Parts: sequence; structure tokens; C-alpha cells
Amino acid sequence: MVTAIAVAFAWSLLRAESQGAIAALIGLAVAAGFVLLRTRLLDPLAQAAVRDERFAQRLAVLAVAALALLLREDDFGLLLLARVLIMIVACLGLNVQFGYAGVVNFAGASFFGVGGYTAAVLARATALPHLLVLLAGGVTAALAGTVLLLPILRTRGHYAALITIAFALLFRTFLEVNDALGGPQGLKLPEMRIGPVRFNDSVDLGPLEGYFYLKYAAVALVLLALCFLVVQRLERSWIGLALDAVRIDEIAAATFGLDIARWKIAAFVIGNFIIGVAGALSAFMIGFIAPNNYSFAESLIPVSILLLGGIGNPWGLSLAAAIVILLPEKLQIIQEYRFLMFAGMVVLILLFRPVGLVPRPMRRLLEPRP
Amino acid sequence: MSAPALLTCRGLTRRFGGVVALDGLDLEVQPGSVLGLIGPNGSGKTTFFNVLTGLFPADAGESRFASAPITRLRPQAVYRIGIARTFQRSRLCLPLSIFENLMVGNHQRLDHGLWFNLVRRGRLARQIGESYETARALLRIFDPPLADRMMEPAGRIPMIDRRRVEVCRALISRPKLLLLDEPSAGMTHEETVRLMDDILQVKHELGDLTIILIEHEMSVIERVTARCVVLNYGRKIAEGTYAEVSHDPGVRQAYLGLE
Repeated sequence: MVTAIAVAFAWSLLRAESQGAIAALIGLAVAAGFVLLRTRLLDPLAQAAVRDERFAQRLAVLAVAALALLLREDDFGLLLLARVLIMIVACLGLNVQFGYAGVVNFAGASFFGVGGYTAAVLARATALPHLLVLLAGGVTAALAGTVLLLPILRTRGHYAALITIAFALLFRTFLEVNDALGGPQGLKLPEMRIGPVRFNDSVDLGPLEGYFYLKYAAVALVLLALCFLVVQRLERSWIGLALDAVRIDEIAAATFGLDIARWKIAAFVIGNFIIGVAGALSAFMIGFIAPNNYSFAESLIPVSILLLGGIGNPWGLSLAAAIVILLPEKLQIIQEYRFLMFAGMVVLILLFRPVGLVPRPMRRLLEPRP
Repeated sequence: MSAPALLTCRGLTRRFGGVVALDGLDLEVQPGSVLGLIGPNGSGKTTFFNVLTGLFPADAGESRFASAPITRLRPQAVYRIGIARTFQRSRLCLPLSIFENLMVGNHQRLDHGLWFNLVRRGRLARQIGESYETARALLRIFDPPLADRMMEPAGRIPMIDRRRVEVCRALISRPKLLLLDEPSAGMTHEETVRLMDDILQVKHELGDLTIILIEHEMSVIERVTARCVVLNYGRKIAEGTYAEVSHDPGVRQAYLGLE
């Protein structure tokens, strides 16, 4: 029931045209969220979701698929949906780095861009299957990240953050002056194809017709489901525990034999890989990439999503990604001020609910016995 | 001659700028013994642990463990050859559960392969289950009720239980040498006595466990240690049984400031 309401709400929000209607819908959601938090009406539901998480996950996938089908004639709605899905994937990558291992990364958009540019170059110059191109985007992003490994391992806290900020700034300048990569004009990408499916044709399967973003949304959903599963399994394993121990207390972790450098590298590489794949898919979907898409300011978006949603919680960051992407797109009056809004949201959340909207639960290493 | 020492330190020195925190310390620990390390605040006891476990490199001198040199080893390697420690200020990972904290200590025995952890979930679950039983059995010695609450966050349990968990975290890897840095800090006299009894019981069960104990509570030192080393300003000023060192004029001067 709740799922149906959520789908209906998301559908009406994505469909709504007039600013007044959108503002009303958002106001309604905020009020509902506040009431639910206060009355704890959602608690039994959350407990049920925790008890049978697999069911909850399937339900979520179905809900998103249903939403995509409902929106099949609405190209802008579909594009937004796909963008949210891709952003969640990228945030999952950042979550492994920042949420688990505590490795700060303020260059998320840069690694997203490495994935995107890899996809552009490979799709233009080679006949590599595009599914492999997506993977290659992840691999190059992970490789590009190795440049930062040494300085990140040798610094802590603010200093490590500064290094990634420097990388983000350098990366954009590098793209702008590099003519082989199109300079400031950027690159156009050819149509994405996986097997016989051509992604820029509209969907036409007998009774089912829809705009071509439907296919991108489908691929993004599959990618998201996969990454969600991987990240969650990673957390609920010895690896997740090792990453947490390294984040919480490096000295204690080292005293008990954990190799700090190894775990930080592992988290950084895995995270960048996921971010890179998301970047490659995003580049295909948008069809055109330029240095401006990958500026330092863009890197702040996934970081604010993480802080907003609850660091270390894949569910929370999914919710936060939807809020952060949809709000400025639908409410055009705040479009200009979106970075102001993100900053404001982060400040508010750190002041009033520092654990995030959906705080990270205890790790479930032992499955609850039926 | 007695049996070869488990741990031998010769001239171990560590400076912080102009301060000599550890000044040419010579020390020997016999296998299976309990050595007390005492001295006024700032006399270099914790620094000794930090140098021994590789957290701070030594500026001079050397230490040997089971006749292998360990002076230049990193903390991870020191842990791997069988030296585990607790911290003066509790260093549990408070947001993690008790079980998870114990597993940090058990790190060495766990399989950290990517494939194993992501794909072989059945085997992983079995390993988790086995580790859970191991941890439970160990924690039961110290505190049976606590052993049934292992999935609770470590931040939610009282100080004495945190100490116990910390000792268990050090013990679960079955070390040969256990370094206890003031386990009584923040605990009442009775709690300290109980904790030490439990540690001695585990020592008895493990057979060859050797312990170095930093402690301010002299009754504890008197009861559990066979030999004591007294530090002051980074130097060893006395060594012997508790009765011997407690009557040593140099020790009395260091503690009481007598002329």
C-alpha cells in the first residue's frame, strides 16, 4: 500500500507542470514525512522491511519499473528518473569510500567524468561492445584514482579532502585544454547499443510504446540493483567490518593487524569503479559531454546526498538522491539557487539530524533465523 | 640459568623532541610469567608499549621476541607474531557491536578475499557462525550475561564491560604475549580484582600466555605479578618482586618525592 502511494506520489511529482502544484506536492511530502517521523507510524513498516529485506528490495525495483512504465510517454520525467537512478549508483560508490572506509573524496564528479570520457572515446574510436565500454569506464576511473592513492594514504582529514578538491579542479582544466578530448566544447557520443537494442530509438514492443529514455532507465535500474547488492554484501562481510574498523580507529585497527593502506586502497578503487560505470552510462544517455558537467561543484552533490541520506546507508542515500536531483529540476524558482539549497540542507541536517534522514543500522552479519 | 626469555629489550630509547620518554630500557620477560610495569605518570610505561608494538619507532636499542628481532616491525607484523594489547583509554569501536569488535581482534583468522566475501555467501555465513561461537565462549569466561548480548553496540555497555571486551579482543587471537595498559582505569577496586581473576583464569587455560601489566593499583600488582619493573623518567630504577621494589629507596623517592 505504502509502495503504491510512493509510486503515485513520484508519478504525480514528475508529471506535475505548474509550479504551484509542485510546491503543494512537496509541501505535502514534507508534512507527511514530519508526521510519520513524529507519530512513528512507519516503524512497524521499517521493521518488516528489515525482517524481509529481500522482499523490500524486490518491491522497490518493481515500484521503480512501474513508475518508469507510467511515465513512458513523458521524456523529461523518464530522463529525470534515469538521472536519479544513475546518481544513486554513483553515490553507492562514494558510500564505499566515504561511508565505510572513511576516505574522503571531493572529486566524485571527476571520476564520473573519467567514466564518461572513456565511454565517449571508446564508443567513437572502437567497435567495442557498449556493455564492455561501460565496464571500461569503471576500470579507467579506478585507474585514474590510483594517481591520488599516495597522497591520500599520507594525509588525513582536511588535508586528504584538499587533495581530492585539487584533483577535481585540475581534472576540469585538463579537459578544457585537451583538444583530443574536445576541449571546452566536449564530445558527442554515438548511440548506445547492447546486442540488437538501439537505445536512441523509441520503445515499440507491440502494445508497449514509449520514449527512448525508457531503455536507459531500464539499464540504469539493472545497474543500480546490481551495485546495491554488491555494496550491501560488501558491508555485511568481513571486508565491511575491516573498512569500518579502519575508519573508526586507525591505530586500534593497525594494532590488531589490519593493513590500513590496503583497505583504504580497496575502498577507493572499488568506489571509483562504481562511480566510473555510472559516469559512462550517464554519458551515453545524455549523448554529449563537456568539461562543465564535471566541475568541482558537481562533486559536492553526491557528498551532500550522502550527508543528507545517512552516511553508510544505501537506502538513505537513494532517498536523498531523489530529493537532491528532483527538487531543483521541478521547482524552477530554486534552480538558480540549487547549490545554496544543497548547502542549506547539509547544514540543517548536520544541525538537527546529524545521522541523516535514514541512519545507518547495525551491520547484520548473522542473518536473523526464521 | 633460566629458560630463554620470551621478550628481550636492550637499550630501548624513544625521544619526543627534547623529551626522552624511554631511556635505554633493558628488560626481560620469561615465558608464562606476569611482569608488572609500574612508575609515576609520564614515566614511559605506555610509550614502552607503543614502541614495542611498532606504533612509535624506537630511536635506539632493540627488542627481540622469541629470539627474533621485532624492533623495526610495523604494528600489523607485531600483532601477527603474537603480541596483542589493550589501551589505557578504551579504544573499542563504539558504533560497532561487541561481536564486531571481537572480530577486529580475530582479523587474522578471517578470510578477506573479495570473491569469498561477495559470492561464497554460504561459506561466509558458516565462518561468521563459527566465529560467533568462539567469541561467545571466550566472553563467557569474563561475563556470561554479556556473551548473550554480543550484537549490541559497544557504546551502549558500561565501562567495566568495555574493558572486558577489550581484553577479549586482545585474547581472541591467542597471543603469546598480552600487554595490558592499566586495565583498572575507571573501574572500582572490586571490578579490577574480578577482571584480573578472569584474565588469570584465561592465562591458566591458554597455558603459555605471558603478560606485561601496567597498573597503578599496587594491590593488584602485589597479587598477580611475580616480578616488577619500575620506571621513572623513561629509565628503569628498580626491578624485582613487589616486596623488593616497594622497599627500594629510589622507588619511594620517585613516588613520594622524599629526599
